[in-house]
Amino acid sequence: MSLSREQIAQRVARELKDGYYVNLGIGIPTLVANYIPPGIEVMLQSENGLLGMGPFPTADKIDADMINAGKQTVTAIKGASIFSSAESFAMIRGGHVHFTVLGAFEVDVEGNIASWMIPGKLVKGMGGAMDLVAGAHNIIVTMTHASKDGESKLLTRCSLPLTGAGCIKKVVTDLAYVEIREGKFWLLERAPGVSVDTIVKLTAGPIVVPEVVPEMCF
Amino acid sequence: MAGFNKVVNTYDEALAGLTDGMTIIAGGFGLCGIPEGLIAQIKKMGTKQLTIASNNCGVDGFGLGILLEDRQIKKMISSYVGENELFERQLLSGELEVELTPQGTLAEKIRAGGAGIPAFYTATGYGTPVGEGKEVRVFNGRSYILEESITGDFALVKGWKADTYGNVIYRHTAMNFNPMAATAGKITVVEVEEIVQPGELDMDHIHTPGIYVDRVILGSFEKRIERRTVSQ
Repeated sequence: MSLSREQIAQRVARELKDGYYVNLGIGIPTLVANYIPPGIEVMLQSENGLLGMGPFPTADKIDADMINAGKQTVTAIKGASIFSSAESFAMIRGGHVHFTVLGAFEVDVEGNIASWMIPGKLVKGMGGAMDLVAGAHNIIVTMTHASKDGESKLLTRCSLPLTGAGCIKKVVTDLAYVEIREGKFWLLERAPGVSVDTIVKLTAGPIVVPEVVPEMCF
Repeated sequence: MAGFNKVVNTYDEALAGLTDGMTIIAGGFGLCGIPEGLIAQIKKMGTKQLTIASNNCGVDGFGLGILLEDRQIKKMISSYVGENELFERQLLSGELEVELTPQGTLAEKIRAGGAGIPAFYTATGYGTPVGEGKEVRVFNGRSYILEESITGDFALVKGWKADTYGNVIYRHTAMNFNPMAATAGKITVVEVEEIVQPGELDMDHIHTPGIYVDRVILGSFEKRIERRTVSQ
């Protein structure tokens, strides 16, 4: 069985460590906040200028001046701080955010990522994604392993315009946990009940398969 | 003698001098922290061929989106613009130009512009379409592209409170791009929810010192919410 969106988020959350400042992208990455392991503290950064993002407000606490980078109404935790967009991206570009999770259309064995533009389709913009991939040391990409038609999204070379070059080292897909090293994908974990063969078949770039590829447990 | 009193009483005074073809820097993130009354005044004035640097372009019928209705915008410099149909239509028909700029680079371009720094190197966008045609330099083994800063003929800012000297504080995430925008206009106009006397704002907590600000106007704000999200 391939992983659900929630399970992808759950698997990503296992990479979180106590004391991490974390930026979560829109979509599956946002769900990671629901699976922060017990006993650790992480603080969420929202690139529109909030460190210490809390949950969505109850209806009576909605404040138009308090939103996240997805333009959703949010709350701030006790001890949060507010700052300008320039300050926010100084944190991101200066490498102060420990952990970043974002979605993608494609990744490749050189660690390139394409996530913002499909030629021929209307381009809405990159938002903060290019800054995040250029600034963070520890980035996890969440994506489906292949398109609905079975076209791999883990490639030798990205076919779409890039968001960042040589910046991705870890990918959690609906089928596997993969690391990118030495110009290859390394298959380190597989979704429960998904065979190594299936994953290899749906990975277009060169992939190294260790003798044992453990199944993820949930 | 006006001295340092920056307060103007009408929107006509607030945007006096704005003419066709000018460049405007506008604060705001989505619909949060946008100078609503100043945008409405641009619509009323009918100023055309504007270049606007702002993270987004509002939505249909609200925020900067209303300036699309009479084709007042020639070019947007933004990081994300997909929230309005009219924008799409004018972009596809070639009536509107957009320069997509990474959000952090946009913030830094405006910050640098206001600080008298003409350009800066950043890793953001290297190896992507954003980096094409830009100068590349290697520092400590990593490649960076040269990005030029932005200044505006006008900067339009939404503040929470200002004193009559033009010292401004912002509220919550309505701060966003506003402090940088405030520094980067030849004429900076700040629209606020409350105007107080000098000394009433704690000087240790001023976000934008009055030296950057030319005009302050008291506005009234709808504060429309783009994505109302609640928990139970």
